[in-house]
Amino acid sequence: MADLSINLAGIKSPNPFWLASAPPANSGDQVMRAFDCGWGGAVWKTLGDPIVNVSSRLGAVGYAGRRMMGLNNIELITDRPLEVNLREIREVKRRYPNHAVIVSLMVESKEDWRDIIRRSEDTGCDGLELNFGCPHGMCERGMGSAVGQEPEVLREITSWAKEFAKTPVLIKLTPNIGDVTEPGEAAVRGGADGLSLINTIKSIIGVDLDKMVPVPVVGKGSTNGGYCGPAVKPIALHMVAALARDPRITVPISGIGGINGWRDAAEFIALGSTSVQVCTAVMHRGYRIVEDMIEGLNDFLDSRGMASVNDLRRAAVPAYKDWGELDLSYQVKAHIDADKCIGCDLCYVACMDGAHQCIHRPWETPIEGNSAPAFPQIHAAWKKDGAFRVPWVDETECVGCNLCALVCPVEGCITMTHVTPGVPEETWNDRIAKGTNVVPGGLRS
Amino acid sequence: MTVPPVLPVFPSGRLEERLREKKPMYAPAEALAEANRCLYCHDAPCITACPTHIDIPSFIRKIATDNVLGAARTILSANILGSSCSKVCPVEVLCVGACVYNHEDVPPIQIGRLQRYATDTVLTTPAAKRLFLPSDHIGRKVALVGAGPASLACAAYLSLNGVHAEVFEKSAFAGGLNTTGIAPYKMAAEGAQNEVDFIRSLGVVTHTSRNVDAELAKHLLETYDAVFLGPGLGPDRALSIDGAAGSGVAGATAWIEKMKLDPATSIDGIRRAVVVGGGNTALDAAQELAKLGVPEVTVVYRRTEAEMSGYAHERAGALHDGVRFLFGRVPLRFVRDGEVLTGLVINGSDEEETLDADLILVAIGQARLTELVAHFPGVAVEDGRIAGDRATGRTGNPKVYAGGDAWNGGKEVVNAVEEGKIAAQSMLRSFGVDVTLVQRPKTASPYETTAPIPHH
Ligand SMILES: Cc1cc2nc3c(=O)[nH]c(=O)nc-3n(C[C@H](O)[C@H](O)[C@H](O)COP(=O)(O)OP(=O)(O)OC[C@H]3O[C@@H](n4cnc5c(N)ncnc54)[C@H](O)[C@@H]3O)c2cc1C
Ligand SMILES: Cc1cc2nc3c(=O)[nH]c(=O)nc-3n(C[C@H](O)[C@H](O)[C@H](O)COP(=O)(O)O)c2cc1C
Ligand code: SF4
Ligand code: SF4
Ligand code: SF4
Repeated sequence: MADLSINLAGIKSPNPFWLASAPPANSGDQVMRAFDCGWGGAVWKTLGDPIVNVSSRLGAVGYAGRRMMGLNNIELITDRPLEVNLREIREVKRRYPNHAVIVSLMVESKEDWRDIIRRSEDTGCDGLELNFGCPHGMCERGMGSAVGQEPEVLREITSWAKEFAKTPVLIKLTPNIGDVTEPGEAAVRGGADGLSLINTIKSIIGVDLDKMVPVPVVGKGSTNGGYCGPAVKPIALHMVAALARDPRITVPISGIGGINGWRDAAEFIALGSTSVQVCTAVMHRGYRIVEDMIEGLNDFLDSRGMASVNDLRRAAVPAYKDWGELDLSYQVKAHIDADKCIGCDLCYVACMDGAHQCIHRPWETPIEGNSAPAFPQIHAAWKKDGAFRVPWVDETECVGCNLCALVCPVEGCITMTHVTPGVPEETWNDRIAKGTNVVPGGLRS
Repeated sequence: MTVPPVLPVFPSGRLEERLREKKPMYAPAEALAEANRCLYCHDAPCITACPTHIDIPSFIRKIATDNVLGAARTILSANILGSSCSKVCPVEVLCVGACVYNHEDVPPIQIGRLQRYATDTVLTTPAAKRLFLPSDHIGRKVALVGAGPASLACAAYLSLNGVHAEVFEKSAFAGGLNTTGIAPYKMAAEGAQNEVDFIRSLGVVTHTSRNVDAELAKHLLETYDAVFLGPGLGPDRALSIDGAAGSGVAGATAWIEKMKLDPATSIDGIRRAVVVGGGNTALDAAQELAKLGVPEVTVVYRRTEAEMSGYAHERAGALHDGVRFLFGRVPLRFVRDGEVLTGLVINGSDEEETLDADLILVAIGQARLTELVAHFPGVAVEDGRIAGDRATGRTGNPKVYAGGDAWNGGKEVVNAVEEGKIAAQSMLRSFGVDVTLVQRPKTASPYETTAPIPHH
């Protein structure tokens, strides 16, 4: 059993799994049920001046018969009275002293920040998270992502918060920006103790073509919302990693975005997250999913001989490089296992139409000078009667793009085999240094 | 620690080896596709329908999230014989029958096959060692009578909680009916044996060829802290009509055991077989004969089709195999040509009728094992079952607990497991170990654990 406990900028938590600031962390009753199920911490639904919400508020896209691959919302911050929230936060912290309770905040003026920080910290909470990420509604009022998109404003508000706060201050960043390291660096300069990301991505989830109104429909209209859920995980992973490898970012990261199972969490941690936050997966299936997350992460760490989740943190960061640092000598080739192939020929059409025309049907002959694998051998491997459909790869032509392996429906049937062991590494940057960074066939050659 | 195999390796040339599995192990891609179809229902009805209350949505989700070890752990912590149950449970009337998809006319989730995927994937790899943390011995020991599912489950949960558990089995094989009775197209004897090996790897000691007689019973009561009775049912009931004695007529469970384990048993030359009875043993025997290639198999049942106790899905399976059913017919006498069996006379709708037969299996129930119970003072038999408290597994003797077919009158493997688990929990509590092995379906929990926040 590995040690899952973490310490993020002084915020201690029995495990890295936190509820993100969102409906699952809306009330004391919910957060306590979540803690009972195993969640290590919760970032309370954002507090601020009371707002009103609309109905309806959520829209989603499914994929291939599975629901909620991506979720979109036009909900604002908490619609519950501040007093009620603060009382419940205090009660939760009293009953669960060893769990992490972080209060998410969003207000406008410096005085408001001072007041709400003081009143929040009076509850005994472990830390604060400033919501500079909400991409709908609140930003029209100059808050949320309107702050997150202006590094200097963000830095200034961060420094106000640091002036008033006694507990660690995390800054929640918006992904609705070109380069996330800019607001990230500004937050660190403002004194932030940690960064949380991502908040939701500005989106329109779809259009109701009968009503001719975008979704989610609010009477006769709709508005752009914030996108989250499994679909956003790759975007979030990149942003977390971009900050993790930036030497200017000297504070811990809480990773958020599309985390659904222990494997997603492990990936976020390997790319530099100390804790991970979850919203959509809980909205879809409830707090109970955390049991599998804890167990799966634990077994993974055990299987790798890692005694603590801290050993996993940043493990993949050094391998995240600029393109110019990649080894141009490294070469893989697609290899089809004729025993496993079921003859769907998806790889063939994918390579033919969508890649480099290197996969051929059994009766096709190789282009001059190249060779095909020995047919009798693969013939013998074909167990079913009827037409022989196992395609073959012209390894000379194959550029090693992975497409065929990605489309192949049979696990382990197409493998990408490393064919250049021992060839000296050379990167584009090496070529620049040597002055050999010219590829024939361009404008100047 | 490697466990030396104590079970004899089954000789080859047994009839059961000819039968193919009906529901083979899923390939990973199949398991993933099926797992992703599960809705992960809240307070899922499939959990309630499982007699051991396995947290089915959780284990299925763990298959989908690539936490197969965790899936196996979820299954085995509720049902330590989850591997055999995945193959032998009548899922159509249990978990799968309760899946919410049935209400949508969508094929229900194949819970048994997913359960098999998770358990058999893990139990055959070194990861099995990481399933459960070993616990310290608490200085107690328990003897268990019979190495069937009830005793094995009870012993495993005791062992996992630090109790020394020793099982005494009269036959040469451990596993009870899992080894000797299960239809081979569900699970072969090897499958049962592998599972027994897993149970032994948890620290359970099995003594085979040790019949618990009066003397041994006395010794067990004197030297162990508690005794569990899991002897199952007795031999097949005989049909006492003319011509019963002699070759060609056998009790169904006796014949099934020989078909599974004894290479000398043959069906060569059997053209017509008759099975007498209307329960699941009759339906199993009929399907086994048909699948083994006996050209004509007839089930003779004295009441109507609707009154058969055998499951509808087993009846459908038998029909699929070409088995013929005769309802409302009572066997009157066996017909023999000298020693050789040639048929069975039954009373048809209004006149007698003779069915030609080379083999007749009698599946009209099993006797009760009252003799064994007599060796344990204070333990009584009522309505053919060992008497006692169903909620705790306690019998009239405070040291003696019971479970399985002898306790419930004859149900399924999964019921035997649950009863073994109930008894293990009661024994552990009597030893001062406060464990909750017996789960209730999660209707209220965890939502009832938190007191409401006072609103002042
Ligand atoms: C033909 C047949 C097919 C079945 N098919 C299925 C199925 O597909 N699915 C399903 O769920 N259930 C099935 N069952 C029912 C299931 O096998 C039983 O419910 C289950 O095995 C009961 O477990 P048990 O531990 O109580 O008894 P058993 O499995 O009967 O085990 C009892 C053990 O105790 C031993 N024993 C008895 N007396 C003594 C003694 N004095 N000393 C030492 N040892 C002793 C016996 O030798 C035996 O090994 C089937 C039953 C039969 C007969
Ligand atoms: C309905 C809804 C409401 C949200 N409200 C807030 C909020 O009040 N404050 C905040 O910081 N983030 C809010 N979020 C964003 C989440 O905290 C989280 O950053 C985002 O959903 C990405 O994580 P996920 O992919 O796990 O859902 C909200 C998200 C949703 C879906
Ligand atoms: S999820 Fe609950 S609040 Fe939302 S629409 Fe359904 S019933 Fe109403
Ligand atoms: S995609 Fe895979 S299975 Fe289909 S033809 Fe290609 S190699 Fe065979
Ligand atoms: S009822 Fe069916 S869909 Fe729902 S959790 Fe159980 S198996 Fe899954």
